[in-house]
Amino acid sequence: MTINHKNVVIIDYQMGNVASVKKAFEKIGAKIKISHFEKDIKNAEYLILPGVGAFEEGMKNLTKQGLINLLQKQVVEKGVPLLGICLGMQLLAETGYEFGTHKGLGWIKGETVKLKAPNLPHVGWNNIKIRKKSIFQNIPDDNFYFVHSYIFKPKNKSITVATCSYGETFTAALQKDNIFATQFHPEKSQLAGLRVLENFLNFKSNYA
Amino acid sequence: MLKTRIIPCMLYNGTHLVKTILFGEMRTLGNPIQTAKVYNSRNVDELIFIDLSATEENRSPDFDVISDIMQECFMPVTIGGGIHLLKDIEKLLKTGADKICINSVTTTNPEFITQAAKKFGSQCIVVSIDAKKIGNEHYVFKNRGTKNTKKLVTLWAKEVEKLGAGEILVNSVDKDGTMTGYDLVLIKKVSSAVSIPVIACGGAGKVQDIIDAVKIGGADAVSLASMFHYSGHTANSIKERMAKAGISVRIL
Repeated sequence: MTINHKNVVIIDYQMGNVASVKKAFEKIGAKIKISHFEKDIKNAEYLILPGVGAFEEGMKNLTKQGLINLLQKQVVEKGVPLLGICLGMQLLAETGYEFGTHKGLGWIKGETVKLKAPNLPHVGWNNIKIRKKSIFQNIPDDNFYFVHSYIFKPKNKSITVATCSYGETFTAALQKDNIFATQFHPEKSQLAGLRVLENFLNFKSNYA
Repeated sequence: MLKTRIIPCMLYNGTHLVKTILFGEMRTLGNPIQTAKVYNSRNVDELIFIDLSATEENRSPDFDVISDIMQECFMPVTIGGGIHLLKDIEKLLKTGADKICINSVTTTNPEFITQAAKKFGSQCIVVSIDAKKIGNEHYVFKNRGTKNTKKLVTLWAKEVEKLGAGEILVNSVDKDGTMTGYDLVLIKKVSSAVSIPVIACGGAGKVQDIIDAVKIGGADAVSLASMFHYSGHTANSIKERMAKAGISVRIL
């Protein structure tokens, strides 16, 4: 398991603890940094948008740190690969409906809404159904660790690369060009999770 | 479908990993960091680490050891023992813990559950209940199983759920370390009383005990110590039998 010291930056926007995400990337041999500095984000070959917490606060923090335009430029215009994890996936939406209506990053058409299930949050190991190989090449197990109450519903269903069922069937992972996202926590999903992170770092974007 | 979890439980006395019998005598078992590494390599679902002596010795959790353990774990980890302040929880979550487990503080200050759940989210607050059978009733005990709080387990379980607990770890003081099977009546009482997940703890000696805790007791997860320490079982060998019994588990 080595990833040739690829230059990975975890975007630091004060939404939850990112120690586990960092440790997981270290484990697979990536050169990893947690940062909100323009210089680091510009130099990153791969970007990670993690996050635990509420939609509104996540957007507020990204705005406050002046990261939105910078990330938009790197990810949407230049095509730097990005992996959104949990809240980091939900923020990709145009609109979020957690505690009110809030504007998201809007990089992917769709909405973040509450999961329709009798018991929330959805916490624990659940199996996913893989629709496209995407970041799921050679995974040893289809169970991943989830902790969430909201889900991202993409408008274009073809970008969903894996689904999960809990109360309803929802998007567990998606890929739109260079933008990847998982509702589960790969950093907490043992070998299968580490493999997903490796597969993400093996994605070659043709950005200049 | 959500999987029934098998959770190794590591008890720590401030220096070593230990195993208790009936909440009393502690047997030394070795190094917690090494053990965490083994559990991680066996790809377990989750891990519980309890610093047993922290509250008794009136000290904070051992953050150094916890942080070293976290380095070895790529699965959810629950940390307990010696947590009395919101600040303790914050520090533990920062080391990478996913959930924290509280017990003593809940018997003296139940409001702490609500404060912790509001600040960090219910999903990371596990309330541990030590229960002992007296006659036909189960009572909540404190001070490591020595003092009866006179509270009925079912009522207390309902109350901690209402206060904001995300999960309940129910320990049987009578069964701890005996390897004679879970107190199924106790587990059933708790799992019927609440809708949050219940982790059964105390008494597992053979795979059938675990199957019974899930099928008869209604547990969402089982926590084991002796069976891993003293028998040849691994989480996977246990889960293969559970799957045959029709329980949905995560097997590699």
